[in-house]
Amino acid sequence: MRRDPLARKGLPARLPQAWRQPLAVSGVVIAAAWLVIAVAAPWLAPHDPLAQDLPRLAPPGPEHWFGTDQLGRDVLSRVMHGARVSIPLTMALVAMSLLIGGLLGACAGYFGRWVDETIMRLADLVFAFPTVILAMVVAAALGASLTNAVLAVLVVAWPAYARVTRGLVLGVREREFVLSGRLLGFSAWRSLRVDVLPNVTGPILVLATLDIGTALLLLSGLSFLGLGAKPPSPEWGAMVSSGVEVFDSWWVATFPGLAILTVVLAFNFLGDTLRDALDPRTARAIKERAL
Amino acid sequence: MTLAITDLKVTIGGKDVLRGVDLTLEAGRVHGLAGESGSGKTMTGLAVLGLLPHGSRVTGSVALEGRELLTLPAKELNEVRGGQVAMVFQDPATSLHPMLTVGRQLTEHMRHHLRVGKAEARERAVELLRKVRIPGPEEACRRYPHQFSGGMRQRIAIAVALACSPKVLIADEPTTALDVTVQAGVLRLLRGLCDELGLAVLLVTHDLGVMSAVADEVSVMKDGLVVETGPRSRVLREPDHPYTRTLLASLPDAEVS
Repeated sequence: MRRDPLARKGLPARLPQAWRQPLAVSGVVIAAAWLVIAVAAPWLAPHDPLAQDLPRLAPPGPEHWFGTDQLGRDVLSRVMHGARVSIPLTMALVAMSLLIGGLLGACAGYFGRWVDETIMRLADLVFAFPTVILAMVVAAALGASLTNAVLAVLVVAWPAYARVTRGLVLGVREREFVLSGRLLGFSAWRSLRVDVLPNVTGPILVLATLDIGTALLLLSGLSFLGLGAKPPSPEWGAMVSSGVEVFDSWWVATFPGLAILTVVLAFNFLGDTLRDALDPRTARAIKERAL
Repeated sequence: MTLAITDLKVTIGGKDVLRGVDLTLEAGRVHGLAGESGSGKTMTGLAVLGLLPHGSRVTGSVALEGRELLTLPAKELNEVRGGQVAMVFQDPATSLHPMLTVGRQLTEHMRHHLRVGKAEARERAVELLRKVRIPGPEEACRRYPHQFSGGMRQRIAIAVALACSPKVLIADEPTTALDVTVQAGVLRLLRGLCDELGLAVLLVTHDLGVMSAVADEVSVMKDGLVVETGPRSRVLREPDHPYTRTLLASLPDAEVS
């Protein structure tokens, strides 16, 4: 008897084993901590992130844990407020590229022929350029602002989703229950929505979680290059960039850099865990190792 | 005459898959379609419902009570599919949606085609499950396909196909994936439903034993052509065409009743 590994009950039953791995736990803890910080920054932060009334370039100490920057702003408060800028934008970015790429890829895989050709050649076109450079070109053309940086990353991020979704849909489309759905008189759209998409969401969600790290890196990269966040706003990439100017005061660039590092790492751990949990082969391997 | 297929030709990528098939199905009769693998049995079924692979060309005529199906626009074709012509597949493990409950799969197209309310559709679903002899039909509605055995699943698939009271049922090797005792049950069920509901059934199979058990008429296909058609007893006892004779002779015990 054949069983669909991703179907129904599999998820809750296999999840605990994979989620009990040390990497998974640390991923969850770090990501959760950052989410709390992002939500509660106005209450948690000791200083106003924009106020320039502290001593300039004070090293980390009991007064200012992360020190202050060249304009006399508290780095800790800025890093905390930075989470409010970077994390929601990254999530929105990934959600949008998932939606756009997923939808286009699903159409390409399901309808085939010229739809497939058009969408996938468009995706190839984007793939043909180095990601960062293309994002830079788009951001520069649109003008430097955070919104434009998000749009620029969106332009380079959707083809990955389109490709993965298309491949998965191609596989599911040939399955008999999809055919039998069509034979029961349902429209192609309903068949795509009800019969095909639920069967491909697992791997795509894994990709999205892993992609949060990449997207954050790219977004802060654009800000670092001056194509994203405008100066006063506490964005991690922009903070690293301004910290590089005063390299002797290592704390100005290091702490926002560490923030980026931990968030990217946490979401990569989460993505790996999700993949392990959803893939029956690795799930089994983990179980065997645990025994 | 419920469904008349005349001179149906299908070409896929320059290859002739069907080379002029003629078949007639009548209400309350089971028409068996036999033949070796690749002889075009399944293609005939799919061509009737206009669900052939991309890049295939179809000519000829498929008329459902005088209405030509091959030239029907997509929207009307969707009404015919499931509503008037339904299909049961070989492997019930793959032909049911793994992530939807049996109840949902039974009611969704019913509500779509017959425009009935949720409660009424549910009532009909339970009724259908009872008709195909699923024990505990109310409870079965809430379960998922993988919670049933192969034979039960095929019964559910038949119930799904019958939900909108179609006139024609195309059963594509409905018992091949089942073991022999379950086979008999499913075949008896098909025969019973055919008599009771006045269905026209096209039973596609390569198993002449199955054929001899339920079919009224038998057609034999070879290389995209129907080489012989006639009442079951005549075709199986006194085959005209040499290919039918070879087919009969190749049965393991070479005896058919």
